[in-house]
Amino acid sequence: MKVIRSMVLVSVDQASLERGAEEVFHKFLEEIDEFGLSDKIAVSTIRDVGLRDDIPLVIVYPDAAVYGPVRLEDVHTIVEEHLYKGNIVPHLLALMRELAPEIAWTRDRRGTLPIEKRIVLERAGIVNPESIEDYILNDGFQALGKALTQMTPAEVIAEIDKSGLQGRGGAGFPTGRKWSFVASTPGSPKYVICNADESEPGTFKDRLILEGDPFSIVEAMTIAGYAIGAHEGYIYIRGEYPRAYHLIENAIHQAEMLGLLGDHIFGTDYSFHIHPHAGAGAYICGEETALIESLEGKRGMPRPRPPYPTTYGLFGKPTVVNNVETLANVPPILRNGAVWYREVGSPKSTGTKVYTILGNVNFTGLIEVPMGITLREVIDIYGKGMRNGKKLKLVQTGGSSGTIVPAKLQDTPLDFDSFRNAGVSLGSGALLVCDEDTCVVDLAKVILRFFRNECCGKCTPCRIGTLRLYEIINQISEGKAVLSDLEVMQNISEAMSEVSNCGLGQTASTALRDILKYFREEVEMHIIDKVCPVGVCPIAKHESELMQKAG
Amino acid sequence: MVQEAKALDIVELVEQAVAKHGARRDAVIPILNEINQAFGYIPTAALPEIRRRIHAPAEGVFLADSHLYSAASFYQLFSLKPLGRHVIRFCESAPCHVMGGRQVIQALQNELGLEIGETSQDGKWSLLTTSCLGVCGVGPVFLVDDDIYGNVTSDQVPEILARYK
Amino acid sequence: MKKKIRSLEDLNRFREKAFEAKQRQTHLGNVQVIVSLGSCGIAAGAFDTLKAIQQQVDDDHLNEVIVSQTGCIGLCGHEPIVEVITADTSKVTYGHVTPEVARRILREHVLGGKVLEAFVVEV
Repeated sequence: MKVIRSMVLVSVDQASLERGAEEVFHKFLEEIDEFGLSDKIAVSTIRDVGLRDDIPLVIVYPDAAVYGPVRLEDVHTIVEEHLYKGNIVPHLLALMRELAPEIAWTRDRRGTLPIEKRIVLERAGIVNPESIEDYILNDGFQALGKALTQMTPAEVIAEIDKSGLQGRGGAGFPTGRKWSFVASTPGSPKYVICNADESEPGTFKDRLILEGDPFSIVEAMTIAGYAIGAHEGYIYIRGEYPRAYHLIENAIHQAEMLGLLGDHIFGTDYSFHIHPHAGAGAYICGEETALIESLEGKRGMPRPRPPYPTTYGLFGKPTVVNNVETLANVPPILRNGAVWYREVGSPKSTGTKVYTILGNVNFTGLIEVPMGITLREVIDIYGKGMRNGKKLKLVQTGGSSGTIVPAKLQDTPLDFDSFRNAGVSLGSGALLVCDEDTCVVDLAKVILRFFRNECCGKCTPCRIGTLRLYEIINQISEGKAVLSDLEVMQNISEAMSEVSNCGLGQTASTALRDILKYFREEVEMHIIDKVCPVGVCPIAKHESELMQKAG
Repeated sequence: MVQEAKALDIVELVEQAVAKHGARRDAVIPILNEINQAFGYIPTAALPEIRRRIHAPAEGVFLADSHLYSAASFYQLFSLKPLGRHVIRFCESAPCHVMGGRQVIQALQNELGLEIGETSQDGKWSLLTTSCLGVCGVGPVFLVDDDIYGNVTSDQVPEILARYK
Repeated sequence: MKKKIRSLEDLNRFREKAFEAKQRQTHLGNVQVIVSLGSCGIAAGAFDTLKAIQQQVDDDHLNEVIVSQTGCIGLCGHEPIVEVITADTSKVTYGHVTPEVARRILREHVLGGKVLEAFVVEV
């Protein structure tokens, strides 16, 4: 990764373009190159800035300075004064009025650099994951030592609560509150479960943490155990991650040897044991109650909720279930304090978020950035642009159960709040970038096939719904559907999201719903004209055969 | 021909697995896993053997063969029928699909002359699909037994398959 | 049996010792070659790369080369990744390291002191 120290966004909505935004954009590239800053400053575009007089707008991060209207001759001054020398140019700033709602979020971003900030991945890829010496050398077990010898369990919970840490498994529930529920629930023993059944397609952040920094999860689970008063912990690792399992087993063993896990940790009266458990291949086991059933030796079928695991969890006892990424945030928070943590990210969504970038971009991989970054920044800066210069068509966020964001919405900042408002799920942090060669029907087919295969079969709406939706999308892709099928799909999809027993059924048709919302025309072409515009679906084959016969 | 497990081996293995993981209800999945790994599948004859060692009504532990069957048939890494000597599991999830997986699975099918879910006549290959393997950064991806191959193109398929005897 | 850690002071003493051990290693003029062995790396062929490196180290009796591993750093697009840390160059990260490239890295960079610019990944 290049260390981008600053970022320039030029507005390119229609009105800005009419006033020369494109020339301004290119002038920025030229001038930045002239000053030898190309490696350190990224230039990108922003579309929806709202209708205003002072366009084209230019926003410079990390200062969140908004310039406008920016004429071609102003660019040199901005680059020299602001980007090169580091002084904001007051007379070119946009008038201090209320910013249009579309870019009001830029204010929250003041002071956050558009660069990576690694908290949970601070050691992944740096240390030897088999060496406890390496871990301790890099601040390992300091947080646990501090918690056990200097803090009460209530103080640990209070610190986590104050940090504003939210669960990173998808739902975003405040971690501190979850811990205090379990701590105050009567019943014993209590359990800590680390949910490492990361099965959402396109997501592998947890694997990276487990494989790159396994000791941090051992440390974090022990802290959680101390906070809620548990002495047993389970880590449920999906069967497809044998390497992660091996490394966790090793980490547990090494920590026990040094008295950092097991009986009398750090020489105190506190004891905690961790049991690794390998899954056997079931997406549904990522759902916490299904995971608990599976740990008990049964089919991984979700329980009705309530009761929640916080009161009725493993073996019917109060249980904390935390995702790997959530837990990985715990030691740094205790080490550095809640105040430090709150300074990262946006006020309502604190800390960082790990994203995986996949699909038709030049660079695939994983980044950890402060909350609030936009999709466009992710694609342009970290994904290094679209592969083969193709155009962006859509992004699926949060894995197969996630939403489809069409290209026109790519300036929405990625944080729990803005996403909720825009009806987009941040979910697991997977960002699947699809270019213009992607057929939405074909994509929906792959996604619906996944849910048909992974449905556990417990409740009817999901069991029948996933099957019917897959059958219909198949017919659409073969040119055998009728228009009223879309209505049937919509009805099934609504029923599933309303009455399915668990998150799988509730979200299985999210992508389909969005595709019908944003790309209905393309779907209808498959039905009415029997044509797949991108040429991917089976009908495209029929088409070319027909053409050959005819011609 | 695919190889089926022998009755004596089954009893011995169940004995070992139960000793290792404990005669407990919550040890069922690790025990099944152990058997699946050793034989490449879970012979149904193993289920009553497991039940006999765990079912203990006097202690309040109830376990029927049907409970075991329901668990063994639920998880994708378990198979209830013998598979080929080498098992290919191709990732069919959306990220690999978008990154060119469609062509690779076609190449695998052509090369082996198998449809998805089939085992070859000589018992050498089984071609299965799997959900996401979590290495999407190097997609398309497939597993041959425990070996994982990433960034695969359809041209590389014959060369990869040739590594297996 | 290792000595158990019974307090934060113990932990910090352990840490100092680990630090000294590391220091000693680098002071001896050793070269560290670190292969990224996350699942992504392995899928992209990191085991083949590691084998090639170990083979070359054995064949050429490169006793001062310490080969070790690390997890995945999140640069999946560049896997397999190999890092080289020598006394005189700071850490260099290479991407797309096939066995052939790995042998060249040992010959040209570790022995010859010349960085293979074409394969360097900016981190």
